[in-house]
Amino acid sequence: MSRARLVLGVFVAFMLAAPLLLPEFHVTLLNYIGLYSIVALGLVLLTGVGGLTSFGQAAFVGMGAYTTAYLSTAFGVSPWLTLIAGLALTFAVSVFLGFITLRLSGHYLPLGTIAWGISLFYLFSNIEFLGGYTGISSLPEINLFGLALDTGRKFDYLIWALALLALLSVDNLLDSRSGRAIRALKGGGLMAESFGVDTARMKIVIFVHAALLASLSGWLYAHLLRFVNPTPFSINAGIEYLFMAVVGGAASVWGAVVGAGILTVLKQWLQDLLPRLLGQSGNFEMIVFGVLLVLLLQRAREGIMPLVLRFFPAPKKQLQAAAPELPRRTQPAAGETLLELTRVRKAFGGLVAVNDLSFSLSSGEILGLIGPNGAGKSTVFNLVTGVLPLTGGEVRFRGERIDILSARAIVPHGLARTFQHVHLLPTMSVLENVAIGAHLRGSKGVISAALRLERAEEAMLLAEAARQLERVGLGDSMHEQAGSLALGQQRILEIARALCADPVLLLLDEPAAGLRYQEKRALAELLRKLRSEGMSVLLVEHDMDFVMKLVDRLVVMDFGEKLAEGLPQEIQANAVVLEAYLGGVK
Amino acid sequence: MNAEIALFLIQDGLTNGAIYALLALALVLVFAVTRVIFIPQGEFVAYGALTLASLQLGKLPGTAWLLLGGGLVVAAVELVQAVRLGAVRRIPAILFNYIVIPSALLSLAWWAAPQKPALTLQILLALALVVPLGPMVYRLAYQPLANASVLVLLIVSVAVHLAMTGLGLVFFGAEGSRTPPFSDAQWKLGVLNISGQSLWVMGSSLALIVALLLFFEHTIYGKALRATAINRIGARLVGVSPAMAGKLSFTLAALIGALSGILVAPITTIYYDSGFLIGLKGFVGAIVGGLISYPIAAAGALLVGLLEAYASFWASAYKEVIVFTLIIPVLIWRSFTTHHIEEEEE
Amino acid sequence: MSALLEVRGLSVAYGKVEAVHQAALRLEQGRIVTVIGPNGAGKTTLLAALMGMLPARGSIAYAGQEILRLEPEQRVSRGLCLVPERRELFAAMTVEDNLVLGAFHRYRKRDKTIAGDFEQVYRLFPRLQERRRQLAGTLSGGERQMLALGRALMSRPRLLMLDEPSLGLAPLIVRDIFRVIAGLRETGVSILLVEQNAHAALQVADYGYVLETGEIVIEGPSASLASNPRVIESYLGLVSSDAG
Repeated sequence: MSRARLVLGVFVAFMLAAPLLLPEFHVTLLNYIGLYSIVALGLVLLTGVGGLTSFGQAAFVGMGAYTTAYLSTAFGVSPWLTLIAGLALTFAVSVFLGFITLRLSGHYLPLGTIAWGISLFYLFSNIEFLGGYTGISSLPEINLFGLALDTGRKFDYLIWALALLALLSVDNLLDSRSGRAIRALKGGGLMAESFGVDTARMKIVIFVHAALLASLSGWLYAHLLRFVNPTPFSINAGIEYLFMAVVGGAASVWGAVVGAGILTVLKQWLQDLLPRLLGQSGNFEMIVFGVLLVLLLQRAREGIMPLVLRFFPAPKKQLQAAAPELPRRTQPAAGETLLELTRVRKAFGGLVAVNDLSFSLSSGEILGLIGPNGAGKSTVFNLVTGVLPLTGGEVRFRGERIDILSARAIVPHGLARTFQHVHLLPTMSVLENVAIGAHLRGSKGVISAALRLERAEEAMLLAEAARQLERVGLGDSMHEQAGSLALGQQRILEIARALCADPVLLLLDEPAAGLRYQEKRALAELLRKLRSEGMSVLLVEHDMDFVMKLVDRLVVMDFGEKLAEGLPQEIQANAVVLEAYLGGVK
Repeated sequence: MNAEIALFLIQDGLTNGAIYALLALALVLVFAVTRVIFIPQGEFVAYGALTLASLQLGKLPGTAWLLLGGGLVVAAVELVQAVRLGAVRRIPAILFNYIVIPSALLSLAWWAAPQKPALTLQILLALALVVPLGPMVYRLAYQPLANASVLVLLIVSVAVHLAMTGLGLVFFGAEGSRTPPFSDAQWKLGVLNISGQSLWVMGSSLALIVALLLFFEHTIYGKALRATAINRIGARLVGVSPAMAGKLSFTLAALIGALSGILVAPITTIYYDSGFLIGLKGFVGAIVGGLISYPIAAAGALLVGLLEAYASFWASAYKEVIVFTLIIPVLIWRSFTTHHIEEEEE
Repeated sequence: MSALLEVRGLSVAYGKVEAVHQAALRLEQGRIVTVIGPNGAGKTTLLAALMGMLPARGSIAYAGQEILRLEPEQRVSRGLCLVPERRELFAAMTVEDNLVLGAFHRYRKRDKTIAGDFEQVYRLFPRLQERRRQLAGTLSGGERQMLALGRALMSRPRLLMLDEPSLGLAPLIVRDIFRVIAGLRETGVSILLVEQNAHAALQVADYGYVLETGEIVIEGPSASLASNPRVIESYLGLVSSDAG
């Protein structure tokens, strides 16, 4: 049994025994920690993993609490039905808010949630049928299989059972196809998009997920106290939830429990201590919280969990050798025209970066696109991959126009790319980084991931990633962290990731830049091997030596225009090219 | 509603709107220069108002102690750094800036407060006590995180807001204050009564906006701040340090905040935690301007003021709900006019 | 002659990837020294580290003093100046304000001689004077490079570091820019020039270094580098590379 499982076992045993053994006050604290953990868990997913944030989680807690309070007291609806009603309402509101804020840059979501948190607080406080500032009392107790949960001790089991389920489901989610996409949101958005991940949708998914967890916590809270008023759902409570997630950190879902535990106990202690010290009453703990949070963000931005996790090394991913292969697309016949650029033009303001460029690439060849720095090669690359829109002309791939498609929509046509500045997720394993390339070859979503109903597909995706790593010669490093590889290996990792998408054409952006001599030779060797296996490659490169020995044909650019096109020998003898490379100074 | 009420509400809305506009400008400035979304702006409003209120009662304001305390902490941090870098020459300046000056201001306030000097002197003293807290906050909370993402800086802002609100409670207590107006004058213009205080507020806001404009257009430091906002790397390369730009923009923001507090104190009762909501209304204005455009932010803030005035007439209980819900149509409009996938930071 | 800049054992790393490894170079007062090398060799990183824009290990002695731990602003104030590859102009400000900001540290020291330097820059680049009220963002590529150089000169540098000044410019303008660089030496400015256009760089420089994958592999007087077979193969000619 692994150490992590042992700790989990001890934790569950403690939670089973605690309500029977601990004094009332400690059980109450445990209840609150459980409730807060559920909310903080949503923020670990949203802020820690996804890089987004919300200060308005308390408002979602309030929605869950007020929905059940109103429906169960005014109409006598069963709490189990009001739970569904509360979640449905939260779902609708969070989808709406997510939709309008997540398309904007990152800071609009938190600002929007502050405004929305304040607005909802005043709404709760002023709506008559919600009891105004006095709130709603005498909520019914929850009945579980005929057993009334009428004391804190009994209720504790429900809270922690749900908290554990929530923790495990988020943990499952993160370890899946969708989870890899979610983990790519922070720092890998462009990369994820270019392998077909709908990052905007993934952002809404985690925002809604976090909101639903908050709403669930609110429902539990309302029936634990059997009373609600607006105070616990104010913006300050929303800020405290975020603190919990930051204190725990995003390294593990258990950060939510650790953060909630520390802040709850600390607050209790400070609320006792500070007013006595200062000789007046008030919420002085907020000074300490504020200062602590600033120090934490300055000194240990990852929170406390990384320190804890040092004692629990992550287990290696289990690969199923028997996993069936993913279906592959039919590759085109050799010699078929794959990529065709016709009078492609790109202007930035008045500056024409690419001027009526035309060339084509056939199946089975390696075509090099070269030119001096600033010639417009990278712009061409971004036009072909859909990162930039064209000003004029068209790009066709196997006869279909792709210049009107977004980066994400181009991938399914069979183009896969690498990046000039490597884009990988440094703390994720090499294997998982590569598996992102196969995103579009799987289809299972968030819910099946949370419930572990996608294991067969997941095994196939990981097996494919492992196969491509073997293919490029990185098989031995698959369990290492991607950030620990040397630059040359990181470039090769990017090629493996692109191969995982089962492409017809590989697009490589300056793959040799910054590589050492041996690394360049290994890279050239790999590209030759891929060509012999029928792969087509468009290579944008600056390093003449590297290109000349490798490619079948060359297109030379300067000042956004095509200077020459032909076989390597022809290009080397071309006077115009020589002039461009040697510069205008004679 | 008759014309008289409508006009009165416009006056009321524009008065508050002028203050929100000042705050919105400060928020845009701080964000452009430092990428900090300056939630604690509101605390400077409350500190300014409450410091003036204490002086008017002849009491030593709590901010004087806070200033000395902040100065001691900054001095300690700076000294440690100076010693570590071997920059011993900086030590006298550190001691002077962060210990001698705050002590002098504390003594001055101690001596002057019971004598109840003229209003102008009280205002100047209040500003002298509150404004230096701005660069101190920058030095302690933000400067060590200058390269962090907007998101991390925003969380820091919220943390600073909490801490400053708590300190406000310690130093000013839970009681609210309202200062006497600068002018009791009333003019009749047709059916409308124009109050001297409203004119004071609008006039001072306008004067401050013009002063800021001149500062940005015609002084080397104003240009340095603009340069930092446009291109941080370029600014470093010509010798404008981000720390200097940060401290300067926080000084301006603290000045604007404290002045707004002093202007608003005769109109509304200010508590230690009132600044937050006032600051956030400036924010709604700033968001209308996309946190980039100064004129649109100012116009947005005036709109917030007007909306608030009319909302408190029609549905006073829902005033805050209405004002803060304004942000939703603004965000919808923004989300349909912005089209780009930007690479996240970090 | 004493060295204005003496770099020893300089290493710069991005995370675990080392972009510059144990670099050593020397620049004497009034000289032009060039660093050439392929894309991704670490040339830009080297200049950024010399300017203090990136943390580095090793030693950078400038005018006899160690400056490794100084902030970029402090280095500007001592006379170092970098014109980066991306120019980093203030696009939304006028040409004149860009020049004013170039002299920022001198305004702080209340330098009275700034006005004369405007005239000098305008004499060097008359195009800038014509466009002084225009926003920098509206300039053409060549004018931007002139403005970047002009802004740098406004700081009155002792050591001017130029990163790819010919990048993306038409041959005629490249010729102009190099003429200005050569002329600057006459005024006593020392120049560290990073270029891909090895031909032009070696023509204007006194001494050169070749940087490959973060390490200095060859160094020598420009003339000897220009006739070094390995330099010719990698940087000066395409023709010979089919021999490899």
